[in-house]
Amino acid sequence: MSVLVYIESDNGTIKKAALEVASYGRALANTLNTSLSAVVFSSENSELLGNYGVDKVLTVDFSEKFNAKVYADIITQAAQKEQASVVVLSSSADSRYLAPMLSVGLDAGYVPNVIELPTQTQPFTVKRSVFSNKAFCKTEITTEVKIIGLSNNAFGLVEHAVSPQTESFSPKIIASEITVENIDKATNKVSIADAETVVSAGRGLKGPENWGMIEDLAKVLCAATACSKPVSDLGWRPHSEHVGQTGKPVASNLYIAIGISGAIQHLAGINSSKVKVVINTDPEAPFFKAADYGIIGDAFEVVPKLTEKLKEFKAQNA
Amino acid sequence: MKILVCISHVPDTTSKINFTNDNTTFDNNGVQFVINPNDEFGLTRAMWFKEKQNATVDVVNVGGPETESTLRKALAIGADAAFRVNTAPTDGFAVAKELTKVAQDGGYDLIIAGRESIDYNGGMVPGMMAAALGASFVNNCIAIEIEGGKATAVREIDGGKETLTSTLPLVIGGQKGLVEESDLKIPNMRGIMMARKKPLTVLKPTENKTFTASVHFEKPAPKGAIKMVDADNIDELIDLLHNEAKVI
Repeated sequence: MSVLVYIESDNGTIKKAALEVASYGRALANTLNTSLSAVVFSSENSELLGNYGVDKVLTVDFSEKFNAKVYADIITQAAQKEQASVVVLSSSADSRYLAPMLSVGLDAGYVPNVIELPTQTQPFTVKRSVFSNKAFCKTEITTEVKIIGLSNNAFGLVEHAVSPQTESFSPKIIASEITVENIDKATNKVSIADAETVVSAGRGLKGPENWGMIEDLAKVLCAATACSKPVSDLGWRPHSEHVGQTGKPVASNLYIAIGISGAIQHLAGINSSKVKVVINTDPEAPFFKAADYGIIGDAFEVVPKLTEKLKEFKAQNA
Repeated sequence: MKILVCISHVPDTTSKINFTNDNTTFDNNGVQFVINPNDEFGLTRAMWFKEKQNATVDVVNVGGPETESTLRKALAIGADAAFRVNTAPTDGFAVAKELTKVAQDGGYDLIIAGRESIDYNGGMVPGMMAAALGASFVNNCIAIEIEGGKATAVREIDGGKETLTSTLPLVIGGQKGLVEESDLKIPNMRGIMMARKKPLTVLKPTENKTFTASVHFEKPAPKGAIKMVDADNIDELIDLLHNEAKVI
């Protein structure tokens, strides 16, 4: 028996979401009175996992690029080797990609978008968000092995220092009919999925030429930039920045919406963010009903001022 | 080329979400149902393959008779034939098993599903189908071309995109980007008339194996009132975000 977590890295460095998964795994292992193992692919700082309660680190002897089918099979083998009763993954695009294949491989029920520790373990019941965060659903996993997809920023990082045992793991590598030809990834930008803060703007910005101030604000906050659906449909910003029900989901700690009225489909995509700030000229904008803090005002005046004030704040609190 | 598009029948994006039977069942009362938006992008891309590469396009749904209007809409958009597996879609695994059977029997080259349905947001059906079929799988698919029995697909990744090539059969979890919003078709009268004559076959479910059970729903606690900050008092906002919300 054990709990197994899948630890994702980015350019050899363990991702923050993976440490969150480890923190969750530790708490879950305590609840189940068992140990926590982690399966790690090509990472330079796996010793970090000991700070988050990982008892055993399986370092996979495999350095090929991410391939969901191959990775799912390797994690299946790791789960079998560790006799895992629960496998925990993050909500990254890669984790969501491989999780259903892992589910079939392990004959294990998979529940994504889980927001907290199991509400009970007999029967094993987790709470997940459904209907684009408009509701929660307590869901029983009825299989012997369970797979949990943890919602980003839902559990947070919890330090718990242990001295992990490290083991090299050489799984059998299966063939895949898929070849990765090219990866096009901005290296100097925070992605929406990984960001703790997201600065998002809408049609209130009047045109793509005005996005400089949004990028400036995002830079001060080390935030990702995002946009509403009309803005991506108009071609002002790339589709990859569109957040909302049919765009990317956002589960950041802070979401700042500028010149976005707050259509129900937009709110559905962002409302699992913890703290929402809205800046809009229209006091009737529906977003004001969904946000925590609001400023009625012109983005062209408020945003540059906010950026300046935040720079001062950061300088003082550095 | 044979294409199967999996259609989920979901509440319209603007629906109010409520539950009945002591919060154990979704309340259909007054709710409009539509083709799941992620599936509609895929269906529209399938129409492109039909037009340009002479593909045949079938659509399938797992659900009761009430979902047939959604399948008829897909036929009106241009699909050739529809299947409905007559059982309640209890969990993602059960749905994937039913769809896998239909896909196997039909011998499809390309199976298109949405990356997730907008009701339960499971995002697992296409990947489970691919695993059960032994087919290739591309999730979060934003572009697909098929030439000479080989597919080139683009997958959205966190912070960028990835171009992949694959053999067929291939399952994709599609989303916006496969086609643009403006490419989506509203069925015209001719399409609606023709859809009435197209075959809609009701199939018996194969098995009823599930992995999970949704036992109880709840809605988020009502949100506290918004705190308004004067546009001339940005310092106050920074103070609130730092000391109260603790997010900066």
